[in-house]
Amino acid sequence: MTDTVRDVIIVGSGPAGYTAAIYAARAELKPLVFEGSLTAGGALMNTTEVENYPGFRDGIMGPALMDEMRAQAERFGAELIADDVIEMRLDGDVKVVIDSDGTEHRARTVILATGSAYKRLGLADEDRLSGRGVSWCATCDGFFFRNKPLVVVGGGDSAVEEATFLTRFASEVTLVVRRDELRASKIMQARAFADPKLTIAWNSQVTAIHGTDTVTGVTLTDSQTGATRDLAVDGVFVAIGHDPRSELIRDQVHVDAEGYVLVEGRSTRTNLAGVFACGDLVDHTYRQAITAAGTGCAAALDAERHLAHLADAAEAADAAAGAEPVRV
Amino acid sequence: MSNVADVTDASFESEVLKSDLPVMVDFWADWCSPCKQLSPIIDELAGQYDGRVKVVKMDTNANITTPAQFGIRNLPTVLVFQGGEIVKQLNGSVTKMSLRKALDEVA
Repeated sequence: MTDTVRDVIIVGSGPAGYTAAIYAARAELKPLVFEGSLTAGGALMNTTEVENYPGFRDGIMGPALMDEMRAQAERFGAELIADDVIEMRLDGDVKVVIDSDGTEHRARTVILATGSAYKRLGLADEDRLSGRGVSWCATCDGFFFRNKPLVVVGGGDSAVEEATFLTRFASEVTLVVRRDELRASKIMQARAFADPKLTIAWNSQVTAIHGTDTVTGVTLTDSQTGATRDLAVDGVFVAIGHDPRSELIRDQVHVDAEGYVLVEGRSTRTNLAGVFACGDLVDHTYRQAITAAGTGCAAALDAERHLAHLADAAEAADAAAGAEPVRV
Repeated sequence: MSNVADVTDASFESEVLKSDLPVMVDFWADWCSPCKQLSPIIDELAGQYDGRVKVVKMDTNANITTPAQFGIRNLPTVLVFQGGEIVKQLNGSVTKMSLRKALDEVA
């Protein structure tokens, strides 16, 4: 256990965690940031070009954007640790955050910015074949599928980005879309439609993954007719969205039915005093780098205000205690 | 930067398969950002298990034969070898804790 009680611990990185760190560090709160051992930088680390983050007219690579945010937080004195948190005790005036070595860190406020994790298809063979053809990271794994046929599952921006990225390597890519339209932005749709190596299977779902040692194919089911067909592929890239990473704290802070942390009004305050939540962990709707950064900023300001109230209350208590002897 | 030695397709047999100590191999590539985040953790663990487990890394961009031989389709992938056989395979969400657990099983 460390003896010091810090002002603020930030759990999670990504645009929300790093922005909270920049603001908290500039407020001289000396934040300790648990970036996660593998997830440091958050979801953007697995993307390629980010074209919609304001301030970069020519776009910026996701990992480069996160490196910039990280360096900016560090410049103002944030202490960054590439480790996982395995337990948090968030009730009480002093919060306890335990890292993977079992070391306890204590703070008056905690900012939760753990983001979200890839949603799985929920198929029987998905876990067994994970790393054997089933993947959640096109930029990491696309290289291994040179001249091989692939499917990408999903209809949002991430799915279309992965699919168009993977056509660089793959012989052909089939994008499996549940509905009869893409959720992806118009510009991404245009790219998908223009890509000669990309075909779209509309109204379709992957209902089985085949293969003993490695993926050899999938079964697609037409969601309108129920008709099934088998497709021979070497890889399945899953991009059907995310689930909030709230499993560590679900029994302490209030979450909704899907596991998103609930916050009060437009603030980042959770039901526990001194505990704030931001980024994709709280956001059903927008889920953009810039909105995550925005709520990360709000969380740091909310934490700063909370600490100021604590300091005022302590000062008032001291003054009352100090006044005592005069009266006696 | 890293104190973890590189192995290649050419040295894999002597350095890994014929090693007296158990060996942990980190398969990585420079385009894989989770690999970059894993790298300092691999370095740290290499120091902690020095003398008990040999820790090496392989650049899958420069070495194609070995990753193909072990059917690697996912980065980062970490394999643990003992007596020339794979005893543990980790891929996807490789955390410090899961690595430590794998190392403790062979150390």
